[in-house]
Amino acid sequence: MNNTLKKITGYRLFLPLVCLALVLLVNVIKTPNFFAISIQNGVFYGYIVDVINRASELVILAVGMTLVVAASGGTDISVGAVSAVAGAVAIFIIGGGEASTDFYHAPYILGFFAALLAGTLCGAWNGFLVAKMKIQPMVATLILFTAGRGIAQLITGGNILYMRVDSFKQLGGFIQGVPLPTPVFVAIFVVLITLFILKKTALGLYIQTVGINAKAARLVGLNSVLIQFLTYTFCGICAGIAGMIITSRVYSIDANNAGLNMELDAILAVALGGNSLGGGKFSLIGSVIGAITIQALTTTLYAMKVSADQLPVYKAIVVIIIVSLQSPELKRMLRNAKLQLQNGQQGKKVA
Amino acid sequence: MENVNKILLTMRHINKNFPGVVALSEVDFTLRMGEIHALMGENGAGKSTLIKVLTGVEEFETGEIKLDGYDHAIVNRSPQEAQGKGISTVYQEVNLCPNLTVAENLFIGREPKKFGMIDWKTMNQKSNEILKNLNISIDVTVALENYSLAMQQMIAIARAIDMSAKVLILDEPTSSLDDGEVEKLFVLMKKLKSQGIGIIFVTHFLEQVYEVCDRITVLRNGCLVGEYEVEKLPRVQLVAKMMGKDFDDLASIKKDNLEAEKKSGTLVIDAKHLGATGTIKPFDLQIHEGEVIGLTGLLGSGRSELARVIYAADKADSGELFVRGKKAVINAPIDAMKAGMGYLPENRKEEGIIADLSVRENIMIALQAKKGMFHRLSVKEQEEFTDKYIELLQIKTADREVPIKQLSGGNQQKVILARWLLTNPEFLILDEPTRGIDVGTKTEIQKLVVKLAKEGMSIMFISSEIEEMIRTCNKMAVLRDGCKVGELSESELNQDSIMRAIAGGEADE
Repeated sequence: MNNTLKKITGYRLFLPLVCLALVLLVNVIKTPNFFAISIQNGVFYGYIVDVINRASELVILAVGMTLVVAASGGTDISVGAVSAVAGAVAIFIIGGGEASTDFYHAPYILGFFAALLAGTLCGAWNGFLVAKMKIQPMVATLILFTAGRGIAQLITGGNILYMRVDSFKQLGGFIQGVPLPTPVFVAIFVVLITLFILKKTALGLYIQTVGINAKAARLVGLNSVLIQFLTYTFCGICAGIAGMIITSRVYSIDANNAGLNMELDAILAVALGGNSLGGGKFSLIGSVIGAITIQALTTTLYAMKVSADQLPVYKAIVVIIIVSLQSPELKRMLRNAKLQLQNGQQGKKVA
Repeated sequence: MENVNKILLTMRHINKNFPGVVALSEVDFTLRMGEIHALMGENGAGKSTLIKVLTGVEEFETGEIKLDGYDHAIVNRSPQEAQGKGISTVYQEVNLCPNLTVAENLFIGREPKKFGMIDWKTMNQKSNEILKNLNISIDVTVALENYSLAMQQMIAIARAIDMSAKVLILDEPTSSLDDGEVEKLFVLMKKLKSQGIGIIFVTHFLEQVYEVCDRITVLRNGCLVGEYEVEKLPRVQLVAKMMGKDFDDLASIKKDNLEAEKKSGTLVIDAKHLGATGTIKPFDLQIHEGEVIGLTGLLGSGRSELARVIYAADKADSGELFVRGKKAVINAPIDAMKAGMGYLPENRKEEGIIADLSVRENIMIALQAKKGMFHRLSVKEQEEFTDKYIELLQIKTADREVPIKQLSGGNQQKVILARWLLTNPEFLILDEPTRGIDVGTKTEIQKLVVKLAKEGMSIMFISSEIEEMIRTCNKMAVLRDGCKVGELSESELNQDSIMRAIAGGEADE
């Protein structure tokens, strides 16, 4: 009995799952209709659908961020800005640069791949700076964090560009006849592809090795520069995909606000997933759970009628609780307290 | 000189423990006025700890320190306090401010003042005087960084002397200096000596000890081996004392059962003038099939550096390497691995183990890296290989999925050995494979080395324990001060000749 309990609590994803469950549990009490799902116009509606829908971009960003953190022990703080760049590139190409248009000036697929390419290039740039030039990840990605939005502004000419074509809205909305929002499928696709790569190649092992001990990694024949470079590039691709979803949701690109502050949520998702921000061993699924937890938290607070301006405060409080729950220091303190309690009891017995 | 034998500093029965380790045990040390006293010993002998205890960086448990001018035992709680009493230390890395002028550096924290402002004129004037006394003539108003490292070190010494002029500790001051600079430093040291200052000189360069020092105190494993006058201690005996072999006994130890005629297999490794500036001077080295070559020399002699250059752990900047007669282009360890090499690094914790990964992953990683990212070993293969080596090397672990950091040092080392054996290397470099592991495992590893060589593998074996090398090696390369100085053939392999070779210089007399 005790052993099974230990096995469950020792499971890597135990704490992240508990945190998610806790957030959801609050809703059972405060917002009973949180889990209600209704069908309107042939699609599912409800808070819970909203959570996984809205969490999609974050899940995608968190996937890229997880690998970056694991391989370099640093974070890519430019993903939000890179999303904006990717979105701007896409809409600029298929919208022909017009402020508002209702037909494709270029094939959609061209815009989509241009956006991915933009994300890839941004990621490769970050990877070059971090892996090759050995610049601290935070500083290296700070460049695109600030310059990225400038580049996006440059592409859009400082305007919000609208793309009022129904098929453009499908990526961030619904595809005809499918009851679940498209972003969910994209997120699942990204997660599965990444898991597949990690499972079928040795990349996962390489990333962890480089992240844990770069010196030893070199001596066993790994090219840590290349591996770190690849993770940053991949993170850029993820940002590109997220950028496409974000622009599709609002069928426009606002260089100032697209993907704003998402890098922070993505980093938080990695941490909430039980991954060490110092690099090394990682759990992709953990980060996915972390991302969903964050979105669930946001939606929960909205459902509890917390206003948007006050949201960050409540979010911060909950995050503090969750993060300290997972900290090894707290575990140590608890263990010590337990030991002291036991010793105290023994002392009493002796007396 | 009446002062010559006046005792300046005595440390008696010093004991110091670190968690789980006895760092110093009943160590005595005596420093006289106007002498240069070498403090010597191999890694972990306790040199640094003794210095730290003396200067207040570390506390000591029992013992007493007496200093001339104090009638009671002194205890230093910080380097500042030690300095206040006249004990100054100059480290290998100069702890001054490179962007300030020489004069500022000399007087930092104690600037001469006039009306509450710094009196620059007096400061520069005094600086000139101080340096002139030491026969150093430089412009004191120029920033320190414009001078060579050696000069910076001398300025650090000048500052230390001017602040408190009794005991000067030089902790490996010559490690990063070239020959000419070392010479200048020695002139300065001799000058200070003539002024009656006692100098403690920590170094592992034998030549330098015999050049400037009057006395030598040797430590080994935290214990005092003895204090000797330089003239009365031949080099080879000093080496014996540092390494823990009584020289007189060694002559009687006979070399035992090693198959004498094993050599002359095909040439596997042929290094021609291979070298890396600053770490190892160009060397030639040939290693045949089935041969175990030992690298010997004192700490810092370039043993590990030589191995690292062959494996491209450090990049060579001169010479060529031939593997089985073919010129090998080796820019990174992966190239060396593909040429059939394996390398077990000296520093297991920092360069060997991937701490958080499992025993299985730690064993697989080298083979997996060699195979490439897209040829992932199947789970079944991984488990089979791992289990095979866990059994073969008798690695004690609860499970193959246990993180390697939870294993004992000896078992971690076996895992790393397994990692390399799995890649099936033709040439395996083992740098201190037995350091810090239990005796039983040591013997197992030695046996394994002999067995692998019998099967045709060429092995480079580096160890500080000479006996271990004699047991396993067919020949030895001797290194001294970053230079390969000779080779010993199988018939010459005995403690006596090895120690003579390591000591060099007067060894032939």
